[in-house]
Amino acid sequence: MMHSFLIYLIAMAGITYLIRMLPLVLVKKKIKNKYILSFLYYIPYAVLTVMTIPAIFYSTSYKLSAIVGFVIAFILAYINKSLVTVAALSCVGVFVTELLLKFV
Amino acid sequence: MREQTSFVKGIKDGLPICFGYLSISFAFGIYACANGLSILQAVVMSITNLTSAGQLASVPIIAAGGTIAELLISQIVINLRYALMSVSLSQKLGKSVRMLDRFVIAFANTDEVFAVASSQEGTVGRNYLYGLILTPPIGWTLGTLLGAAAGAVLPEILVSALGIAIYGMFIAIVMPKAKTERPTALCVGLSIVLSCLFYYIPVLRTIPSGFTIIICAVIASGVFAFLAPININGEAQNDA
Repeated sequence: MMHSFLIYLIAMAGITYLIRMLPLVLVKKKIKNKYILSFLYYIPYAVLTVMTIPAIFYSTSYKLSAIVGFVIAFILAYINKSLVTVAALSCVGVFVTELLLKFV
Repeated sequence: MREQTSFVKGIKDGLPICFGYLSISFAFGIYACANGLSILQAVVMSITNLTSAGQLASVPIIAAGGTIAELLISQIVINLRYALMSVSLSQKLGKSVRMLDRFVIAFANTDEVFAVASSQEGTVGRNYLYGLILTPPIGWTLGTLLGAAAGAVLPEILVSALGIAIYGMFIAIVMPKAKTERPTALCVGLSIVLSCLFYYIPVLRTIPSGFTIIICAVIASGVFAFLAPININGEAQNDA
Protein backbone atom coordinates (compact mmCIF):
# COMPACT_ATOMS: atom_id res chain seq x y z
CA MET A 1 0.00 0.00 0.00
CA MET A 2 2.73 2.47 0.96
CA HIS A 3 4.64 1.92 -2.26
CA SER A 4 1.67 2.39 -4.57
CA PHE A 5 0.39 5.29 -2.47
CA LEU A 6 3.68 7.10 -3.15
CA ILE A 7 3.15 6.75 -6.90
CA TYR A 8 -0.40 8.09 -6.59
CA LEU A 9 0.87 10.95 -4.47
CA ILE A 10 3.66 11.95 -6.85
CA ALA A 11 1.29 11.77 -9.84
CA MET A 12 -1.41 13.97 -8.34
CA ALA A 13 0.90 16.46 -6.65
CA GLY A 14 2.98 16.75 -9.84
CA ILE A 15 0.07 17.38 -12.19
CA THR A 16 -1.59 19.83 -9.80
CA TYR A 17 1.63 21.84 -9.45
CA LEU A 18 2.21 21.89 -13.22
CA ILE A 19 -1.32 23.19 -13.83
CA ARG A 20 -0.71 26.05 -11.41
CA MET A 21 2.91 26.75 -12.26
CA LEU A 22 3.08 26.72 -16.08
CA PRO A 23 0.69 29.64 -16.75
CA LEU A 24 2.18 31.73 -13.95
CA VAL A 25 5.72 31.22 -15.22
CA LEU A 26 4.99 31.37 -18.95
CA VAL A 27 2.68 34.40 -19.03
CA LYS A 28 5.16 37.14 -18.21
CA LYS A 29 4.02 39.97 -20.44
CA LYS A 30 1.24 42.27 -19.44
CA ILE A 31 -1.77 41.44 -21.58
CA LYS A 32 -2.94 44.54 -23.44
CA ASN A 33 -6.11 43.28 -25.10
CA LYS A 34 -9.12 44.94 -23.47
CA TYR A 35 -11.38 41.92 -23.82
CA ILE A 36 -8.89 39.40 -22.44
CA LEU A 37 -8.18 41.77 -19.53
CA SER A 38 -11.89 42.13 -18.88
CA PHE A 39 -12.36 38.36 -19.04
CA LEU A 40 -9.61 37.87 -16.46
CA TYR A 41 -11.14 40.62 -14.32
CA TYR A 42 -14.49 38.84 -14.07
CA ILE A 43 -13.07 35.32 -13.71
CA PRO A 44 -12.43 35.28 -9.93
CA TYR A 45 -15.95 36.47 -9.11
CA ALA A 46 -17.51 34.04 -11.56
CA VAL A 47 -15.45 31.10 -10.28
CA LEU A 48 -16.22 31.81 -6.62
CA THR A 49 -19.91 32.27 -7.36
CA VAL A 50 -20.16 29.04 -9.31
CA MET A 51 -18.36 27.20 -6.50
CA THR A 52 -20.66 28.71 -3.85
CA ILE A 53 -24.10 28.39 -5.41
CA PRO A 54 -25.82 26.05 -5.08
CA ALA A 55 -23.12 24.04 -3.21
CA ILE A 56 -23.50 26.13 -0.03
CA PHE A 57 -27.03 24.79 0.46
CA TYR A 58 -25.68 21.24 0.65
CA SER A 59 -22.65 22.00 2.83
CA THR A 60 -24.31 21.22 6.18
CA SER A 61 -26.48 18.46 7.68
CA TYR A 62 -29.79 20.26 7.03
CA LYS A 63 -30.93 22.46 4.18
CA LEU A 64 -32.57 24.85 6.64
CA SER A 65 -29.39 25.42 8.63
CA ALA A 66 -27.51 26.04 5.39
CA ILE A 67 -30.10 28.62 4.35
CA VAL A 68 -29.72 30.37 7.71
CA GLY A 69 -25.94 30.34 7.29
CA PHE A 70 -26.27 31.72 3.78
CA VAL A 71 -28.59 34.55 4.80
CA ILE A 72 -26.27 35.54 7.65
CA ALA A 73 -23.24 35.51 5.34
CA PHE A 74 -25.14 37.50 2.71
CA ILE A 75 -26.20 40.23 5.13
CA LEU A 76 -22.83 40.52 6.89
CA ALA A 77 -20.96 40.61 3.58
CA TYR A 78 -23.36 43.29 2.33
CA ILE A 79 -22.51 45.54 5.27
CA ASN A 80 -18.79 44.97 4.51
CA LYS A 81 -17.84 42.76 7.47
CA SER A 82 -14.44 41.04 7.24
CA LEU A 83 -13.92 37.53 5.82
CA VAL A 84 -13.40 36.00 9.26
CA THR A 85 -16.48 37.64 10.75
CA VAL A 86 -18.69 36.55 7.87
CA ALA A 87 -17.40 32.97 7.88
CA ALA A 88 -17.46 32.58 11.68
CA LEU A 89 -20.95 34.00 12.26
CA SER A 90 -22.27 31.95 9.37
CA CYS A 91 -20.96 28.83 11.16
CA VAL A 92 -22.55 29.98 14.42
CA GLY A 93 -25.87 30.43 12.61
CA VAL A 94 -25.70 26.89 11.25
CA PHE A 95 -24.73 25.50 14.65
CA VAL A 96 -27.56 27.23 16.52
CA THR A 97 -30.12 26.26 13.87
CA GLU A 98 -29.10 22.61 14.03
CA LEU A 99 -29.20 22.65 17.84
CA LEU A 100 -32.78 23.95 17.64
CA LEU A 101 -33.71 21.41 14.96
CA LYS A 102 -32.33 18.54 17.02
CA PHE A 103 -33.38 19.40 20.51
CA VAL A 104 -36.44 21.63 20.34
CA MET B 1 -0.21 51.55 -10.61
CA ARG B 2 0.05 51.03 -6.86
CA GLU B 3 1.81 47.86 -5.72
CA GLN B 4 0.79 46.11 -2.51
CA THR B 5 4.14 45.29 -0.86
CA SER B 6 3.36 44.88 2.84
CA PHE B 7 4.33 41.50 4.28
CA VAL B 8 2.25 42.20 7.38
CA LYS B 9 -0.83 42.98 5.28
CA GLY B 10 -0.20 39.67 3.48
CA ILE B 11 -0.14 37.77 6.77
CA LYS B 12 -3.32 39.53 7.91
CA ASP B 13 -5.13 38.64 4.69
CA GLY B 14 -3.83 35.06 4.80
CA LEU B 15 -4.98 34.28 8.33
CA PRO B 16 -8.72 34.04 7.55
CA ILE B 17 -7.82 31.61 4.76
CA CYS B 18 -5.71 29.63 7.21
CA PHE B 19 -8.61 29.38 9.66
CA GLY B 20 -11.08 28.62 6.90
CA TYR B 21 -8.83 25.80 5.74
CA LEU B 22 -8.72 24.29 9.22
CA SER B 23 -12.37 23.38 8.92
CA ILE B 24 -12.36 22.15 5.31
CA SER B 25 -9.20 20.10 5.66
CA PHE B 26 -10.57 18.80 8.93
CA ALA B 27 -13.46 17.35 6.94
CA PHE B 28 -10.98 16.02 4.40
CA GLY B 29 -8.96 14.34 7.16
CA ILE B 30 -12.05 12.56 8.46
CA TYR B 31 -13.05 11.50 4.97
CA ALA B 32 -9.59 10.27 3.93
CA CYS B 33 -9.14 8.10 7.01
CA ALA B 34 -12.68 6.75 6.81
CA ASN B 35 -11.75 5.56 3.32
CA GLY B 36 -8.62 3.69 4.30
CA LEU B 37 -5.81 6.25 4.14
CA SER B 38 -3.50 6.44 7.14
CA ILE B 39 -3.13 9.67 9.10
CA LEU B 40 0.36 10.14 7.67
CA GLN B 41 -0.84 9.61 4.10
CA ALA B 42 -3.67 12.12 4.51
CA VAL B 43 -1.30 14.71 5.98
CA VAL B 44 1.39 14.21 3.33
CA MET B 45 -1.23 14.49 0.61
CA SER B 46 -2.39 17.83 2.02
CA ILE B 47 1.13 19.28 2.27
CA THR B 48 1.99 18.33 -1.30
CA ASN B 49 -1.31 19.06 -3.07
CA LEU B 50 -3.01 21.95 -1.31
CA THR B 51 -6.26 21.47 -3.17
CA SER B 52 -9.62 20.56 -1.68
CA ALA B 53 -11.69 19.16 -4.53
CA GLY B 54 -8.74 17.40 -6.15
CA GLN B 55 -7.78 15.62 -2.94
CA LEU B 56 -11.36 14.64 -2.17
CA ALA B 57 -11.73 13.14 -5.63
CA SER B 58 -8.48 11.20 -5.33
CA VAL B 59 -9.47 9.30 -2.20
CA PRO B 60 -12.01 6.89 -3.74
CA ILE B 61 -9.67 6.25 -6.70
CA ILE B 62 -6.75 5.43 -4.42
CA ALA B 63 -8.96 3.39 -2.09
CA ALA B 64 -10.22 1.32 -5.03
CA GLY B 65 -6.70 0.85 -6.39
CA GLY B 66 -7.57 2.79 -9.54
CA THR B 67 -5.15 3.42 -12.39
CA ILE B 68 -2.72 6.34 -12.45
CA ALA B 69 -4.36 7.54 -15.69
CA GLU B 70 -7.72 7.73 -13.95
CA LEU B 71 -6.16 9.71 -11.12
CA LEU B 72 -4.37 12.09 -13.49
CA ILE B 73 -7.48 12.76 -15.59
CA SER B 74 -9.59 13.47 -12.51
CA GLN B 75 -6.95 15.88 -11.22
CA ILE B 76 -6.65 17.68 -14.57
CA VAL B 77 -10.42 18.09 -14.91
CA ILE B 78 -10.92 19.29 -11.36
CA ASN B 79 -7.82 21.46 -11.13
CA LEU B 80 -7.75 23.01 -14.60
CA ARG B 81 -9.44 26.07 -13.12
CA TYR B 82 -6.11 26.84 -11.44
CA ALA B 83 -4.55 27.35 -14.87
CA LEU B 84 -7.15 30.05 -15.49
CA MET B 85 -6.43 31.58 -12.10
CA SER B 86 -2.67 31.49 -12.68
CA VAL B 87 -3.08 33.36 -15.99
CA SER B 88 -5.24 35.90 -14.20
CA LEU B 89 -2.77 36.18 -11.29
CA SER B 90 0.13 36.65 -13.72
CA GLN B 91 -1.47 39.96 -14.71
CA LYS B 92 -1.71 41.04 -11.11
CA LEU B 93 1.95 40.55 -10.17
CA GLY B 94 3.98 43.67 -9.34
CA LYS B 95 7.53 44.52 -10.46
CA SER B 96 9.06 43.08 -7.28
CA VAL B 97 7.98 39.52 -8.15
CA ARG B 98 10.93 37.65 -9.68
CA MET B 99 11.00 34.48 -11.76
CA LEU B 100 11.90 32.26 -8.82
CA ASP B 101 9.04 33.77 -6.79
CA ARG B 102 6.57 32.67 -9.46
CA PHE B 103 7.58 29.02 -8.96
CA VAL B 104 6.92 29.32 -5.22
CA ILE B 105 3.71 31.35 -5.43
CA ALA B 106 2.27 28.93 -8.01
CA PHE B 107 2.37 26.12 -5.47
CA ALA B 108 0.05 28.00 -3.12
CA ASN B 109 -2.24 29.53 -5.73
CA THR B 110 -5.44 28.10 -4.28
CA ASP B 111 -8.98 29.39 -4.95
CA GLU B 112 -8.89 31.51 -1.81
CA VAL B 113 -5.33 32.83 -2.12
CA PHE B 114 -6.10 33.77 -5.71
CA ALA B 115 -9.36 35.44 -4.74
CA VAL B 116 -7.74 37.53 -2.01
CA ALA B 117 -4.76 38.49 -4.19
CA SER B 118 -7.15 39.48 -7.01
CA SER B 119 -9.23 41.67 -4.74
CA GLN B 120 -6.26 43.96 -3.93
CA GLU B 121 -6.10 47.40 -5.48
CA GLY B 122 -3.36 47.69 -8.11
CA THR B 123 -0.66 45.01 -8.30
CA VAL B 124 0.64 42.62 -5.64
CA GLY B 125 4.34 42.49 -4.71
CA ARG B 126 6.49 39.57 -3.56
CA ASN B 127 6.51 40.50 0.14
CA TYR B 128 2.72 40.71 0.23
CA LEU B 129 2.36 37.41 -1.60
CA TYR B 130 4.82 35.59 0.67
CA GLY B 131 2.88 36.89 3.67
CA LEU B 132 -0.36 35.79 2.07
CA ILE B 133 0.76 32.23 1.27
CA LEU B 134 2.60 31.61 4.53
CA THR B 135 -0.23 30.48 6.81
CA PRO B 136 -2.83 28.81 4.54
CA PRO B 137 -0.70 25.67 3.92
CA ILE B 138 -0.20 25.40 7.70
CA GLY B 139 -3.96 25.56 8.32
CA TRP B 140 -4.60 23.10 5.52
CA THR B 141 -2.10 20.54 6.84
CA LEU B 142 -2.92 21.01 10.52
CA GLY B 143 -6.65 20.68 9.85
CA THR B 144 -6.05 17.45 7.94
CA LEU B 145 -4.01 16.09 10.85
CA LEU B 146 -6.66 17.04 13.42
CA GLY B 147 -9.50 15.68 11.30
CA ALA B 148 -7.68 12.43 10.57
CA ALA B 149 -6.69 11.95 14.20
CA ALA B 150 -9.76 13.14 16.07
CA GLY B 151 -12.51 13.31 13.48
CA ALA B 152 -14.45 10.42 14.88
CA VAL B 153 -14.46 12.03 18.32
CA LEU B 154 -15.90 15.40 17.33
CA PRO B 155 -19.68 15.73 17.40
CA GLU B 156 -21.24 15.70 13.96
CA ILE B 157 -23.07 18.95 14.61
CA LEU B 158 -19.74 20.85 14.90
CA VAL B 159 -18.37 19.31 11.72
CA SER B 160 -21.59 20.29 9.95
CA ALA B 161 -21.41 23.90 11.12
CA LEU B 162 -17.79 24.22 10.01
CA GLY B 163 -18.74 22.97 6.55
CA ILE B 164 -20.23 26.32 5.57
CA ALA B 165 -17.18 28.42 6.59
CA ILE B 166 -15.48 28.47 3.21
CA TYR B 167 -18.63 29.52 1.37
CA GLY B 168 -19.17 32.34 3.83
CA MET B 169 -15.70 33.52 2.94
CA PHE B 170 -16.41 33.37 -0.77
CA ILE B 171 -19.54 35.46 -0.31
CA ALA B 172 -17.55 38.01 1.67
CA ILE B 173 -15.07 38.28 -1.21
CA VAL B 174 -17.61 38.62 -4.02
CA MET B 175 -20.16 40.87 -2.31
CA PRO B 176 -18.21 44.16 -2.00
CA LYS B 177 -17.48 44.18 -5.76
CA ALA B 178 -20.95 43.01 -6.78
CA LYS B 179 -22.47 45.71 -4.58
CA THR B 180 -20.59 48.61 -6.15
CA GLU B 181 -20.17 47.48 -9.76
CA ARG B 182 -23.28 46.64 -11.74
CA PRO B 183 -21.55 44.57 -14.48
CA THR B 184 -19.85 42.44 -11.81
CA ALA B 185 -23.22 41.94 -10.10
CA LEU B 186 -24.79 40.87 -13.39
CA CYS B 187 -21.84 38.55 -14.11
CA VAL B 188 -22.36 37.00 -10.67
CA GLY B 189 -26.07 36.64 -11.47
CA LEU B 190 -25.34 34.85 -14.74
CA SER B 191 -22.85 32.60 -12.90
CA ILE B 192 -25.57 31.64 -10.43
CA VAL B 193 -28.03 30.78 -13.20
CA LEU B 194 -25.49 28.69 -15.12
CA SER B 195 -24.24 26.94 -12.01
CA CYS B 196 -27.79 25.99 -10.99
CA LEU B 197 -28.55 24.73 -14.49
CA PHE B 198 -25.52 22.46 -14.34
CA TYR B 199 -26.48 21.33 -10.87
CA TYR B 200 -30.18 20.62 -11.30
CA ILE B 201 -30.52 19.46 -14.91
CA PRO B 202 -29.88 15.70 -14.84
CA VAL B 203 -27.89 15.48 -18.11
CA LEU B 204 -25.65 18.41 -17.20
CA ARG B 205 -25.19 17.06 -13.70
CA THR B 206 -23.21 14.09 -15.05
CA ILE B 207 -20.43 16.52 -16.02
CA PRO B 208 -17.68 16.45 -13.36
CA SER B 209 -17.89 19.48 -11.05
CA GLY B 210 -14.37 20.60 -11.98
CA PHE B 211 -15.50 21.00 -15.59
CA THR B 212 -18.75 22.66 -14.56
CA ILE B 213 -16.82 25.36 -12.70
CA ILE B 214 -14.68 26.08 -15.75
CA ILE B 215 -17.56 26.05 -18.26
CA CYS B 216 -19.84 28.32 -16.20
CA ALA B 217 -17.11 30.76 -15.20
CA VAL B 218 -15.73 31.03 -18.73
CA ILE B 219 -19.19 31.68 -20.22
CA ALA B 220 -20.18 34.26 -17.59
CA SER B 221 -16.83 36.10 -17.75
CA GLY B 222 -16.72 35.88 -21.54
CA VAL B 223 -20.18 37.37 -21.93
CA PHE B 224 -19.40 40.30 -19.66
CA ALA B 225 -15.91 40.85 -21.06
CA PHE B 226 -17.73 41.46 -24.34
CA LEU B 227 -20.75 43.37 -22.99
CA ALA B 228 -18.96 45.41 -20.32
CA PRO B 229 -15.19 45.61 -20.89
CA ILE B 230 -13.30 47.18 -18.00
CA ASN B 231 -11.87 50.70 -18.29
CA ILE B 232 -8.22 51.77 -18.13
CA ASN B 233 -8.25 51.92 -14.34
CA GLY B 234 -9.19 48.25 -14.23
CA GLU B 235 -12.74 48.76 -13.03
CA ALA B 236 -15.99 47.54 -14.44
CA GLN B 237 -17.98 50.48 -15.79
CA ASN B 238 -21.38 51.09 -14.32
CA ASP B 239 -22.84 52.58 -17.46
CA ALA B 240 -22.69 49.23 -19.23
